[in-house]
Amino acid sequence: MVIDVAVIAFAQMPNVRAETALNDVEMLMPVIADVRAKAGLTQADIGFTCSGSTDYLSGQAFSFVSTLDGVGPWPPIQESHVEMDGAWALYEAWVKLQLGDVDTALVYCYGKSAPGPLHEVLSRQLDPYHVAPLWPDAISLAALQARMLLDAGKATEADFAEVVSRSRRNAMNNPNAQLAWDSTAAELLDEPMMIDPLRKSDCPPITDGACAVILASGDRARELRQRPAWIRGIDHRIEPMALGLRDLTVSVSTRAAAAKAGLSTAPVDVAELHAPFAPQELILREALGLGGHDNVNPSGGPLAANPVMVAGLTRIGEVAQRIMDGTATRGVAHATSGPCLQQNLVTVLEGEG
Amino acid sequence: MPKERVAVVGVGQTKHQATRGDVSMAGLVREAASRALADAEMTWGDIDAVVVGKAPDFFEGVMMPELYLADALGATGKPLFRVHTAGSVGGSTAIVAAQLVQAGIHERVLTVAFEKQSESEAMWALSMPIPFQPPLHAGAGGYFAPHIRSYMARSSAPDHIGILVALKDRMNALKNPYAHLHEPDTSFDSIKDSMMLWDPIRYAETCPSSDGACAMVLGSEAVADRSTKPVAWVKGTAMRSEPTMSADRDPVLPRGGSDCAADVYRQAGITDPRSQVDCVEMYVPFSWFEPMWLENLHFAPSGEGWKYVEDGVTQLDGDLPVNMSGGVLSSNPIGASGMLRFAEVALQVRGMAGEHQVPDARVGVGHAYGGGSQFFAMWVVGSDKP
Repeated sequence: MVIDVAVIAFAQMPNVRAETALNDVEMLMPVIADVRAKAGLTQADIGFTCSGSTDYLSGQAFSFVSTLDGVGPWPPIQESHVEMDGAWALYEAWVKLQLGDVDTALVYCYGKSAPGPLHEVLSRQLDPYHVAPLWPDAISLAALQARMLLDAGKATEADFAEVVSRSRRNAMNNPNAQLAWDSTAAELLDEPMMIDPLRKSDCPPITDGACAVILASGDRARELRQRPAWIRGIDHRIEPMALGLRDLTVSVSTRAAAAKAGLSTAPVDVAELHAPFAPQELILREALGLGGHDNVNPSGGPLAANPVMVAGLTRIGEVAQRIMDGTATRGVAHATSGPCLQQNLVTVLEGEG
Repeated sequence: MPKERVAVVGVGQTKHQATRGDVSMAGLVREAASRALADAEMTWGDIDAVVVGKAPDFFEGVMMPELYLADALGATGKPLFRVHTAGSVGGSTAIVAAQLVQAGIHERVLTVAFEKQSESEAMWALSMPIPFQPPLHAGAGGYFAPHIRSYMARSSAPDHIGILVALKDRMNALKNPYAHLHEPDTSFDSIKDSMMLWDPIRYAETCPSSDGACAMVLGSEAVADRSTKPVAWVKGTAMRSEPTMSADRDPVLPRGGSDCAADVYRQAGITDPRSQVDCVEMYVPFSWFEPMWLENLHFAPSGEGWKYVEDGVTQLDGDLPVNMSGGVLSSNPIGASGMLRFAEVALQVRGMAGEHQVPDARVGVGHAYGGGSQFFAMWVVGSDKP
């Protein structure tokens, strides 16, 4: 038995290169106020609260403890936190709503990538005994993956450039995007290599950001929102971290999660994919059976704004927003974590009628 | 919709000690997880999903280490989830794992919590400067000592209560082969004469800094019914959080802890915890938290918790045994400490706690807290199917 759960509100802060004036709490508070207002709820109305963040961006232990104060958790609330992207916080909230004790949940996440050298910070995720001491940065690892894709004959540099060109052109219609411009793939191919075979434009921007979602179940969702974005399936899977144990040109964990989430039972009219690096979109399209789908990352995706720990939940929010406003009927949102698409979450959302 | 029943069908833990230099982090978690699987009479392939918990990543210096641990925990191709709710995390992690079964999503979930404190220095990981907040270069003891002084003033508790708690827990630890501190020469006087660190907290009234891991296998009703060993049925789970800074809150006897206890007792059908609960594992990192939590968790009337300690109620052979395993005072791999509390009461109601078994324990309460006494996780387990 499954209880129907829907996204009924989504809010995000405009993504920026560096939010230097506000700390994590100050950055987050307007987003939480916004999402609660959109749902017409106060904190007292919310049954469960769950957040996602990492201490390694905040540079302090227990950073989520401070941000919880921004929620106003008094009287004491039912609350949890994951050291994962907010998409997984949403998963925990979805599980909680399945139990039927509560019928609303607030999910939020935040991350300031700008204060530290992000691509070196991310190397602290790697095997601490054998790999991390070599400080392989995140861009170099993504470049290895891109190189394998090229060598396998599965893609060309021009394919990468097409992803970039389309994503950043789409971003011109997204007021929250950080990077948006109109360049053709041919123009992009004139750029010099940054870390061969990746050009700078193939890489995501460094972004400070925060976003929040409100979930509601059953009739409560229908009462609070005219057209809720129903979660029809959600699942996540992980692969080993060691790059040598994986075929980096495919994403078996994404494919497995999509199968469990029931993605293939009907076509989707929108997809938001958490592919920070352009070549990864090609891998995810194949894993999700999207092929040449013409509406992937209409927001611009992570190439337009990549707030670490936030970009995954943002994908769910972007799809849900399109369903709630009636411009989409069925969509898929994807979130990732770990080097070279190690861990992946797939959510299928639908509108009613 | 009724929740699915869930039970603890396997428990495992490492030997806890200051430095587990014989294993990597992967080796540490695998030691606990392998023991839990063996207890559950399962193999890695039987597990549907893995839920990992630990305290701040700065304690080992690895960002989101569950990613690196995925294959060591047998999670390849499966869902792997990471919880972090401050010191209560070991308890919260077990609750998140239990919910995956209660929601009918999975049948068999492996949950693991760990800390390898020897890889880093927790005292300093806790003392990083936070903009616009007063610096706390004192570790946890310096933070909690004023709360204890306040409790002593309110309840007129005499100074020796903390010593009695520490003596009890260290003696209980001698009966637990996995406990970090095995100090048979400990006496009332040796604790009393130990160095005063943060008045009124003496050195021997504090928890150690440990490497260790704890794991449990949680199974659905069908899985539990097939078990050849006794299982621990989960009768209630609850979590509560409250702010760090609020004029409304009382950090000595926090409302979050009290609400959490009331919620979990209601689920378990407990109306008089003092008489209906057979044993308790509560999160006592400094001795005085035992009488404080006895009151906060509704076992003792307000201001009377210390009298239970003085009267021997919480001794292993007392009327309401508390921290039979030796508790956090005897082993403190921080991220795992909450799960150890939850796992130890599961062992008790399964009748598998060995030398520190409470005879005929049928209902047990596990408790964990974290942050500045603001995050709470509890469960009630029992030997009878709910």
